[in-house]
Amino acid sequence: MDLDKQIAEVIETSNSEFLAQCYELDAVPAFGSLVKTRSRDCQIYALVCASGTHSIEQGRRIVARGQGAASPAEVFKAHPQLAKLLCSDFRALVVGHDRGGVIREYLPPSPAGIYAFVYACKPEEVRLFTGSLDFLDLLIDSRLPAATDEVIAAFLRFASLTHEAPQEFLVKAGKGLAWLLSNDIRRLDSLLKRLRI
Amino acid sequence: MTDEIKNERRLGTVISGSLTQGVQVKLDPAKSVEDIAVGRYVAIRGEKKRFFGMITDISLEAVDPRALVMPPDISDPFIAEVVSGTTTFGKLRVLPMQTISAAAGGGEGPQPAKTVPAHFSQVELASQADVESVFGKEDARRFYIGTPLDMETKICLDMVELVKRSNGVFGKSGTGKTFLTRMLLIGMMQKSKSTSLIFDMHNEYGWEGTSEKEHKVKGLKQLFPGSVAVFSLDESYDKRRKVKSDFTVKIGWDEIEPEDIQMLRYVLNLTEAAVQAVYELAKEFTDEKWLEQTLQAFDSDSSVLVEKLKIHEGTWRNLRRGLRQLTRFKFLVRHAPEDTVKTILEYISSGKSVVLQFGGYDDIAAYVLVANLLTRRIYNQWREKVDRALAEESKQPDQLVITIEEAHRFLNPEIASQTIFGKIAREMRKYRVTILVIDQRPSGIDEEVMSQLGTKIICLLDNEKDVDAVLTGVAGKSELKAVLSKLESKQQALIFGHALPMPVVVKIREYGSAESYKTLGPLHGGTPRVNADKLDDLWT
Ligand SMILES: Nc1ncnc2c1ncn2[C@@H]1O[C@H](COP(=O)(O)OP(=O)(O)OP(=O)(O)O)[C@@H](O)[C@H]1O
Ligand SMILES: [Mg+2]
Repeated sequence: MDLDKQIAEVIETSNSEFLAQCYELDAVPAFGSLVKTRSRDCQIYALVCASGTHSIEQGRRIVARGQGAASPAEVFKAHPQLAKLLCSDFRALVVGHDRGGVIREYLPPSPAGIYAFVYACKPEEVRLFTGSLDFLDLLIDSRLPAATDEVIAAFLRFASLTHEAPQEFLVKAGKGLAWLLSNDIRRLDSLLKRLRI
Repeated sequence: MTDEIKNERRLGTVISGSLTQGVQVKLDPAKSVEDIAVGRYVAIRGEKKRFFGMITDISLEAVDPRALVMPPDISDPFIAEVVSGTTTFGKLRVLPMQTISAAAGGGEGPQPAKTVPAHFSQVELASQADVESVFGKEDARRFYIGTPLDMETKICLDMVELVKRSNGVFGKSGTGKTFLTRMLLIGMMQKSKSTSLIFDMHNEYGWEGTSEKEHKVKGLKQLFPGSVAVFSLDESYDKRRKVKSDFTVKIGWDEIEPEDIQMLRYVLNLTEAAVQAVYELAKEFTDEKWLEQTLQAFDSDSSVLVEKLKIHEGTWRNLRRGLRQLTRFKFLVRHAPEDTVKTILEYISSGKSVVLQFGGYDDIAAYVLVANLLTRRIYNQWREKVDRALAEESKQPDQLVITIEEAHRFLNPEIASQTIFGKIAREMRKYRVTILVIDQRPSGIDEEVMSQLGTKIICLLDNEKDVDAVLTGVAGKSELKAVLSKLESKQQALIFGHALPMPVVVKIREYGSAESYKTLGPLHGGTPRVNADKLDDLWT
């Protein structure tokens, strides 16, 4: 994947999250990965917290077409119009922004722009963003379509691989979570269990 | 937190506390409680002042008590690592003792802490500079006695202050009291203008001592040949050891007074009535031959004498059994050829310290008898000398420090008010004589005497009563008790009192290696310090 090329476009936006539609079917960024886009005045970082593929027209259901075919690819070959009728999109949770080269791990002053391009973050960017763990504060209380803790764990696992010492990073992040969840040991325990790579 | 101490020494932050109880410090997650030890020094960066204190307790805490009932799954090493320091954390209690001026370069020196550092002040292990600013550097009056726990900094005692009062070295057997005392005596010779008289029961101070590994270690005479004299009670011991002492001490029966026997009551197992009889006998025989005559009376028919003095038969037997024990001491003669007291005083006045070795008589009866008898008479003459100097407004003699071991034999509550040592301890520095007491059982020493001791150096004690005795009346007693009980069994001591600004746990300086002797001799090329006073003027 060419990381300098946009992968999607914002089609629904608010201060805390946005929905982006991908240019290619099934080419959604990984669950829990970090993406970036722009608002009027800054660059926005967001976490992929839900994604899927569905029909473009609401109310128009997709029907199964592959009976007897050797693979799903054959189905697309036989019905080229399908690619136009379907789309993949993902929801991303805003976790911080960058204004004038300073990363801040809280919500930006303005939401992601509509039609703004969305890019996958490069490993170096992920490493920089996770240099501080203040974003955990924002994450731990958010209500998400998928289980919040799944997103947190997925992101931390993903981010750890961009650090020189992944295990050390996970311990540090774990300690941050332990502080935030000091009154909920059960949740902490299950979250920590999901941090193992 | 830009001011965060980003160094290895950082320990944690102050979370609560009080001046009397000490402040609570939450340990940083990265620090393990297992790396911390009570007794260690810490510095606290308050808002305006830098505090200097000591760790007095360490505890384990949990943010949420439920975490302790339902702990996270710590069988997983990852989870265990995460929760340590966060969900559960270590807590230290720190007693702030001194404030050091925060401004670099000092200002006024360290002051006793009168307040506590503010909330969330940062706590770090004390640095070398912190320790030095509190205890002072090794200098003309400060003697390096050892290092604080886990630090290389030198802790120094102000020897000039030290000798002005009576002091104590306590600890159970084998904890290093003798090694420590030897070092203190060296410190006194190096850094204070004082002379010592040492009653050396086990022959450890004079020419040489032995370490536990049976190595010989140098005694004071070897290190200060010019300013130490070894007196001996036992020539045969000297011969066996092939050393020559400066003077052989003989004591005449005619020098022993009834008071001396009274002091021996417990060691000789005398009854109260027997002691009473001693006074009667002395009165009866009128002159100084009373003891000799009494001993003769034991061998002959004494019924007339006993009848006359109305001494009970059982008492007489008790007295005979007791006093006859003295006859095995060969240093006791009818009449001493030379005046020991006068000789000792001559040496002392010329600035020489005297070690009186007991040789083969390492027997408590001999020790109590000789130490009491000599000290009483030395003290009386010394006192006259000081009084005379006062009256004539001439130069006062230097401080005299008398060292005794087994101090509870001289200073137990029953006799402390009567013995010469009790008197010296109480009269303090008035007459420029102080005592250095060494004992394994401080609970046996009279409370008042204990309270008069200026500086106490305490090695490990395991008896509760002894611990209480040494800490009576000391601020922060319960904290110090915790520290005391954790001392190592050797070569570590808690020191507090006049000679230093705050209590300190010290790993006592090594004694006995060739390296150690290099700095333990005379400071100025080995010439003995001799008083300008002419001996003859003083003692005639
Ligand atoms: N500062 C020191 N340097 C070197 N060795 C030491 C030191 N302190 C103690 N030791 C070792 O510990 C042993 C015991 O010390 P020491 O004889 O001073 O004990 P003590 O307290 O006087 O015992 P006791 O009460 O039986 O007389 C010594 O023989 C020596 O080996
Ligand atoms: Mg000893």
